[in-house]
Amino acid sequence: MRLFTVLALAVAIGLAAGVSPYASSSPDGLEKVADDKAFLDQGRLHAVQERSPVPDYAFPGVTDPRVATGLAGFAGTLLVFGLGYGVVLVTRRGAVTA
Amino acid sequence: MHIPDGFLTNEVAVACALPALGAVAYGLRRAEVDLDDRRVPLLGVTAAFVFAAQMLNFPVAGGTSGHFLGAALAAILLGPWLASLVLAVVLAVQALVFADGGITALGPNVFNMGVVGGVLVGGLMLAARHALPNTRTALLGVAAGGAWLAVVAGAALCAAELAISGTVPLSTVLPAMVGVHMIIGAGEAVITVAAVSAVLATRPDLIHGPVPAVTSPILSTPAIGAR
Repeated sequence: MRLFTVLALAVAIGLAAGVSPYASSSPDGLEKVADDKAFLDQGRLHAVQERSPVPDYAFPGVTDPRVATGLAGFAGTLLVFGLGYGVVLVTRRGAVTA
Repeated sequence: MHIPDGFLTNEVAVACALPALGAVAYGLRRAEVDLDDRRVPLLGVTAAFVFAAQMLNFPVAGGTSGHFLGAALAAILLGPWLASLVLAVVLAVQALVFADGGITALGPNVFNMGVVGGVLVGGLMLAARHALPNTRTALLGVAAGGAWLAVVAGAALCAAELAISGTVPLSTVLPAMVGVHMIIGAGEAVITVAAVSAVLATRPDLIHGPVPAVTSPILSTPAIGAR
C-alpha cells in the first residue's frame, strides 16, 4: 500500500502542480450557464472567504500566475491528502477506544 | 459545478445539506469498518487525486470548460458513503482555502457532486454484480456509464435547486445545465476509466467489493497467473 500511496500521490501532485497551470481558464459549465442566463452576479463570497488564504487557486505573493497556480495545487493536494488520512485515523482511534 | 453563496435560498441549502450530512456521517462510521489497516491511506489518496484532477479544466464547446468531479471514481474505490466523505473533504478545502464554492452552499455542493454520484454509482456497482459477469470490461463499462450519469444527474439537481430558489426558471436552466454537462460527463467517463484501469493494473484489490480482476483478462493471462 505504501508504494501505491506514494505513486498515486506523486501523480496527483504532478497533475495539480505541473499540469493545472496549463488547464483551460474558460468558465466551467455552471459559471457559463449563470453568465448566459444572467444570474452570475448573484454569487458572492461568504465573509469567511474574504480571508481565504489562497483565493482562486493563486498562491499569494507570487507574481507569475502559472507558478502561483502550481503552488496552490501542490499545497492543496497535500492538505487534502492529510485531511483525508487524518479523518480516517481519528475515526479508527474512536473505534478502538469505544 | 461549484455553487457559490447567493445562488440558493437558505431553505434549499438546508434541504440539500441534510442528506449530505447524513451520507458523510454514515461515511465516517463506515470508515472504521470498510478501511482495514491496509487501506487506511486510500481515502486520503483518493481525495488528493480528486482535488488535483478537479483543477484540470478541459475545454468543451463554446468558451466553456469542464472538469472532473470524482464521485464515480471514489465510489468505485471506496463505496458510496466513503465517496461522499471524500468529496466533502475536497469541497470543504476548496471553499475554505481557495474560495471556490460557497460556504452555505457547501451542503448542496457535497450533495450534487458527491452523494448523488456516489449513490448512483454504488447502486450501479451492486446491480452489475448481479447482472453482469465479474470482468474488467464490465467494471470499466459501469465506470464509464456511471461517471457520465453522475455528472448529468448532479447538473440536473443543481438546475432544480436554482429553480426552486427562484434564481432562474427551470425551463431555462435545466436544458442549459444538462446540455453542457452531457459533454463534460464524457470527460468524466474518460478520466474515471483511465484511473480505474490504472488501479486494476497495479492494485486490483483496492476496488470496492469483490475483486473483478480475479476472472478478468488482466489476471488470467499466463504471465501473471504463473506468479
